[in-house]
Amino acid sequence: MKLNRIGYPYFIWLGIFILIPLLLVMYFAFTTGDSQNLSTFTFSMENFEKFMSPIYMGVLYRSVKLAFVSTLICLVLGYPIALIISKEKPKVRNIMVLMFVIPMWMNFLLRTYAWLTLLGKNGILSRVLSFIGFEGISLLYNDTAVLLGMVYNFLPFMVLPIFSVLTKMDNDLVEAAEDLGANKAEVFWKVIFPLSLPGVITGITMVFIPAVSTFVISGLLGGNKSTLIGNLIEQQFRYTGDWHFGSTMSIILMVFILAAMALTSKFDKEKEGGGGGLW
Amino acid sequence: MVNRNLKRLYTFLIFSFLYAPIIILIIYSFNDSKFRGDWSGFTLRWYVELFRDREVIRVLYYTFAIAITSSIISTVLGTVAAIGIHGMRGFTKKSILNLNYLPVLNPDIVTAVALMALFRMARLQFGFITLLLAHITFSVPYVVLSILPKLRQMNVHLAEAAMDLGATPMYALRKVVIPEIMPGIITGGLLAFTLSIDDFVISFFTTGHGISNLSIYIYSMARKGINPTINALSTLMFISLVALLLIINNRSEKSKKIIQERR
Repeated sequence: MKLNRIGYPYFIWLGIFILIPLLLVMYFAFTTGDSQNLSTFTFSMENFEKFMSPIYMGVLYRSVKLAFVSTLICLVLGYPIALIISKEKPKVRNIMVLMFVIPMWMNFLLRTYAWLTLLGKNGILSRVLSFIGFEGISLLYNDTAVLLGMVYNFLPFMVLPIFSVLTKMDNDLVEAAEDLGANKAEVFWKVIFPLSLPGVITGITMVFIPAVSTFVISGLLGGNKSTLIGNLIEQQFRYTGDWHFGSTMSIILMVFILAAMALTSKFDKEKEGGGGGLW
Repeated sequence: MVNRNLKRLYTFLIFSFLYAPIIILIIYSFNDSKFRGDWSGFTLRWYVELFRDREVIRVLYYTFAIAITSSIISTVLGTVAAIGIHGMRGFTKKSILNLNYLPVLNPDIVTAVALMALFRMARLQFGFITLLLAHITFSVPYVVLSILPKLRQMNVHLAEAAMDLGATPMYALRKVVIPEIMPGIITGGLLAFTLSIDDFVISFFTTGHGISNLSIYIYSMARKGINPTINALSTLMFISLVALLLIINNRSEKSKKIIQERR
């Protein structure tokens, strides 16, 4: 049966809508000229040189730092809850997982907007704070607010893959370790945690990638003060119109993420099949 | 015992963190005052305002039109592609799978600007068509990825047996292969639908001429500041979502019971 032939049109589709666009971005990144007129393009490294300036490097540093910190917070907060859920009875477990999924199904922008109303000037949190005596602390439009937004939005991405690995784990291994005299901490660090690493790694990539490239969370909660690399790309493409510089930043972002993923997958011994999977 | 209570407390805190913002949003959607924090009585006027707003109705129409069309097209395309990919070997298979993975792994914003560059170079007018093409582009890989495992689980000899018994390849495909992988196709289609409804970043870069979906609309409203009609909108969306999930849950439990009883 020559069924494999029906896959070739998809090859063409992928070429047109995935490969060519990325090549175009790369082409834009290494050229300068009027973005609207192909004939004015000339090859240059100018955009990369421009990016090397302290302002842009600072933005890149801030984006990576915030993404890294939010990933870490998600891991520290998410691992225990994943462990707790995985030890519940199947019925309770399903309800708890569903409760993690429900907020994820709500529109991403609405979830972020919810924090806008909580942290705002007349919001509940600042009222509580001023009631205790911390008057006039601005909760919105700073890095902490952005961090909070990231953790809130991406926490389920960390919890669910870890949870799915933990439930598939063979419980006999834990019991064997206990029978052989390991205490609780030893069982966790020597048996449970190493076995759950594939889920942890999936979780880290699933939090880090959207966090480092976001422009919505920083745009809504961070105001003008908290510009991240995503905001810079958005500005270049939507408002400034310098597609060349925007493309350069997209390429840099992409390379950064690929490098981060290569780094994390080094820790992941079982590559395919054993992991938590994206879904 | 202390340990157990500690676990309960932690679980409670995490779920409060997840739900508190949503619950407060819902409460304030019934608040008469435009300013947060001041409770000045129960009202439904934000809901009335929401339904009077013609823009909202238009935005909802586009959101669903795009979601339905793009999920149908990408499910068909993805199914055909997955069956084709399953039959491929070696380098071809590897390269097509890697290409398929690119939009899944790439940050949304990169996919978005790349598509924007493509549409501009192709001199397409930004609007409904470009939005639809973009949504199909980012949905198909997920459809393919949810069908491929089902194809791998399928008994390889099933289709061959059908053809040995005289079925044409198309007939075998329709009567044997497709029913076998149906769960994967349905998962893929639903995934495509929800991805499309929820997408903001890629839509934001690939639309134009006043065509916006729900996410773009919320973004432009939220940038202007707090607006109680958004609260009303979120409340409606949240309630319909929970209702939908409860119905699905109920039905699947019922069908489970029926299956058990039949046994």
